[in-house]
Formats: sequence, structure tokens, C-alpha cells
Amino acid sequence: MEALFFNADAGFLEGVVRGYKAGLLNQGNYNNLTQCETLEDFRMQLSATEYGNFLANEPLPISTTTISERATRLLVDQFNYLRNNAVAPLDKFLEYMTYAYMIDNVILIITGTLHERDTHELLERCHPLGVFETLPALCVATNVEELYHSVLVETPLAPYFRDALSAADLDDLHIEIIRNTLYKAYLEDFSSFCASLGSPTSEVMDLILSFEADRRTINITLNSFGTELSKDQRARLYPTIGRLFPAGNNVLAKADDLETVRQVCEGIPEYRNFFEVSRGHAAGVNGGGDFDDDDDDPESAVAAALEKRFFETEVHYNKLAFLQQFNYGVFFSYVKLKEQEIRSLTWIAECLAQQRRERINEFVSLW
Amino acid sequence: MSGTGPREAVFPTRQALTNTKLRLKSAQNGHSLLAKKRDALTLRFRQILRKVDEAKRKMGRVLQLASFSLAEVTYATGANSIAYLVQEQAKTASFHFNLTGLGRGGQQILKSRDVYTKALETLVELASLQTAFMILDEVIRATNRRVNAIEHVVIPRLDNTVQYIVSELDEADREEFFRLKKVQGKKKRDAEAAEFVRKKLLGDTGEVQENSSAWLRRS
Repeated sequence: MEALFFNADAGFLEGVVRGYKAGLLNQGNYNNLTQCETLEDFRMQLSATEYGNFLANEPLPISTTTISERATRLLVDQFNYLRNNAVAPLDKFLEYMTYAYMIDNVILIITGTLHERDTHELLERCHPLGVFETLPALCVATNVEELYHSVLVETPLAPYFRDALSAADLDDLHIEIIRNTLYKAYLEDFSSFCASLGSPTSEVMDLILSFEADRRTINITLNSFGTELSKDQRARLYPTIGRLFPAGNNVLAKADDLETVRQVCEGIPEYRNFFEVSRGHAAGVNGGGDFDDDDDDPESAVAAALEKRFFETEVHYNKLAFLQQFNYGVFFSYVKLKEQEIRSLTWIAECLAQQRRERINEFVSLW
Repeated sequence: MSGTGPREAVFPTRQALTNTKLRLKSAQNGHSLLAKKRDALTLRFRQILRKVDEAKRKMGRVLQLASFSLAEVTYATGANSIAYLVQEQAKTASFHFNLTGLGRGGQQILKSRDVYTKALETLVELASLQTAFMILDEVIRATNRRVNAIEHVVIPRLDNTVQYIVSELDEADREEFFRLKKVQGKKKRDAEAAEFVRKKLLGDTGEVQENSSAWLRRS
């Protein structure tokens, strides 16, 4: 990508997205939010920020789900604005971003359709970023074979499905395995697409996507301990990109306990401190925990804290994207950061609603 | 005394008295037994009440914890549809959705599952306590009714019956006594009359006359 011509096509949108980024909540906002006593205060504090009066028309009492839905709606509106104004190849890039949500939606529809659920209920539950025109068509299918074909014909995910799965798999395999298989294919495809865009987009995105891939790999490994997922199957779910690939993935595929995962991560300088820090962190979390938190074995505590480390690192990498100009990574990063922000808001709102203020600070703030 | 209050329709005989006294005795026995049972039940009732109270408080805490862990899951997975997915995959009531959240948030989901399992256990415990509570309540009421019935109806009635029989028997005794006396008196008079006639027949008329007139005056 030539910096020379970048602004001709995407300069305006980059400006817009950087403007959006400036509207993300900062530490001061979070401090104010965590001081709130009720969701009323919470709403009032938010009205002073970029969110404005997005909850103004909500009837009381506000549920945390509503907050998260409205906030997501804002994000989706912003994203759609960007997408409508984008020209090639940025529009393709943005479309790739929606594929991740499409995978979730398609999986949701498949699950629902196989159990003969109400179509409208299913569509309501879909993530708005992953909604595409032909999504409702999937609900028409009555059996697995039909469903498979309509997925192939109707969705942009067809290549992932075609390469990764057959019709029989939809029936036999666990739905989560399908989801992760698709996600792996998606990550690899997205990564190669980004590489085709050239520097600096490819550099920025490589960093983020590699981390995302590694995170999935580690998560899948940790979460598959003690389940019926065989090591063979597990190995097939690992994305073939990222820093852990290929040597780390090979070891992880045979891993049986947390220790092995730790050793693998030792080999990557960026991931080295994940487990060490998470240990101290876990102790902190459990110290303040309730009577039921105490019986957690240290391993699961480490793993749970690992999740938080992942979030922090993700935020960190996404913030790095904004340090470079003339790249598409900012669009991706903005959406991810905004998502993290929505999650944090939901978390704070949950803590307020459930009166668990002692854990209100366990979110990841952006700046 | 004997005429007041309800009594049983029995003939006032000695056998009936023995029977009734026996029944009174066993009624008192039963009364004390039932009273003991009632006290024991009340004790147990109180215990269960305390347990129910504890369980309810615990349920409040556990459910709060559980819904909070669901919030953690929402935070970790960033998806609102996780509950829906889990519900969809459950064909029967079980805890097996092992692979959910494989990509991210699996730990939180597992933890949430455990917490909800605990919450469910607490709920079941509470439900069984509540049922025990209800049943015990019912039983205590029934026992109370019986105790009261025995105390206020059965025992007084038997008491009355006993008194009635005793008084009737006494009455009969007195009647009998009087009758005997009367009979004795008559017999005595008859005997004296017979004596008088015999003496007269024997001779001394003047003496007899005198005796006879004296006797007549007296009577």
C-alpha cells in the first residue's frame, strides 16, 4: 500500500475512525463510572461522554443487557457508516471483519434450526455486525443436508465451510468444534488477505491476528483438558498462523496440563509473563473473593486470570495500530477496542446491578 | 355432678364402671403420649424452621453469586447469546456442555456451571426442607387436634360416665340398704306379733292384754 495514495481512498474514513477513537472512554470516565451507586447514576455519567443519551428512551429499570445492546447498536451504526463509505480494497477489509460475527451467527442459526426453534427469536439474538441479507434464508432449511447447501449458497462463509466441513459433519460434530474450525479457516484467510494488502496494513494486522490466533490456540488447549475432545481433533482446530505456529502448536497439541502450556509460552518473549503475572493476579482476585471463590483450584484461577491478560494484551496490540498511519488496521482495532469498552461497561453495570462493588475494577480500561 | 355434661350411654353396672375406668386410664395414657409427641414434633419443627431460614439466606447468596458468574461469562465471551447456546445444546437435563466456549471464555463458563450447580443443590435442599416443613406442620396440627380432643372431650366424658355410674351405684346401694332395713323392721314386727300371739295362747291374758295395748299405743 502506497502511503501516497492512501488518503485518496481511505483518508476520510481514517480521519473518521480516529475521531471515533478519540471518543472512547478514558480512565477518568471509568473512575467516574465506578463511583456510581446505581444504574441511574451510571446512565447520567455516560450521558456526559461520547455515548450521549443513548439510554434516554429506555424505560426504568435499565437492564445490563439493554445497556450492552444499545452500546453495540452505536458501534454497529458507526461501523455501517464506515462500510457504506468505503471503497476497494477497504470495503473488502471491512467485510472480512464481519465474517467473524457471521460465523457466530451462522452457528447460532444452525444450532437453533437443528432444534427447530423460532426463526425470529434466533435472528434477534444474532450479532448485528454479522447480519447479512441472506441470513434468514438459513432458517428455512429443515434437515442437515439442506442446511449445509443453503450455507454454501447463501453465505459469504461458503469457502470456509466447503474446505473444512462436509454435510455429515454438521450432524456428527459438536457445534463448538464446527465453530472453531470455521474460525481457524477465517483467521488464516483474513491473514493472507491482509498480507496481500501490503505494508503497513499487513504488519499491523499480522501482529493482531497472530495474537488472536495464539490466544485461540492456548484457550482451546486449556479448555479441552478433561473433555472428550481428542488431541487429534484439537490439533486440527489450531490456526496455522501466529507466533506459536508451528513448533508451539505441535507441543500444545500433545499437552496434557497447564505446565506444558506454560513452557510453550516461555518460548515466546511476548507471552512469557502471562502465567507469572496471572499468578500474582489470581491471588489478588481470590483474596477479595467470596466464600465460593475460595475452593477454586489454583490452576483454574491462573487460567481465569489468563483471560484477563489476554484482554489486556489485545487492547495493547490494538492500541499500537493507531501509532501507524496509512493502514487499515485502525478500523479493525477501533472495533475491537470499542467492543472491549462495551464489555467493560457491561461489567461495571453488572457489578452495580448485583451490588458486587468490590470487583467493579476488574475490567480492562483502554487508556 | 353426675348429671352435668355429656356422658356415654351405658348401664350403670359394676362391669360398665370397670370398663369405663379402664378406658379413662388408657385415654389419659394416650393423652400424655400424644402430648409428648407434640412436643417432640414442635422441637423438630423449630429445627427445620431454622434450617429453612438458613437455606433461604444461603440461596440468596448463592444465586447472587451464580448470576454474577454469568456476568463474568458475558464479559469473557462478549456474547449475550451464550445462555441461549447452552440451552439449545441441552437435550436432556445434564451438566455436559463441555466444549462451549472452547475458543474463549471456557474457564468462566465452567466456573459458572459449577456455581449454578451449587445453586441448584441449594434450591433442592431448600425445597426438601420446605416440604418437610409443610408435612410436619400438617402432622403437628393433627396431633394437636387429637390432644385437644382427648383432653377436652374424651376424658371429661369418661369422667362424667364414671361419676354417673358411681353415683347410680351409690343410689342403688342406699335403696338396697333402706329396703333391707324396711324388710328387717317388718320381719321384727311380724316376729313380735307372732310372739304376742304365742304368749297369749299360752295363758297370761291380762299381761298379754297390757303388753298388747302398750304395743298398739306405741305403734
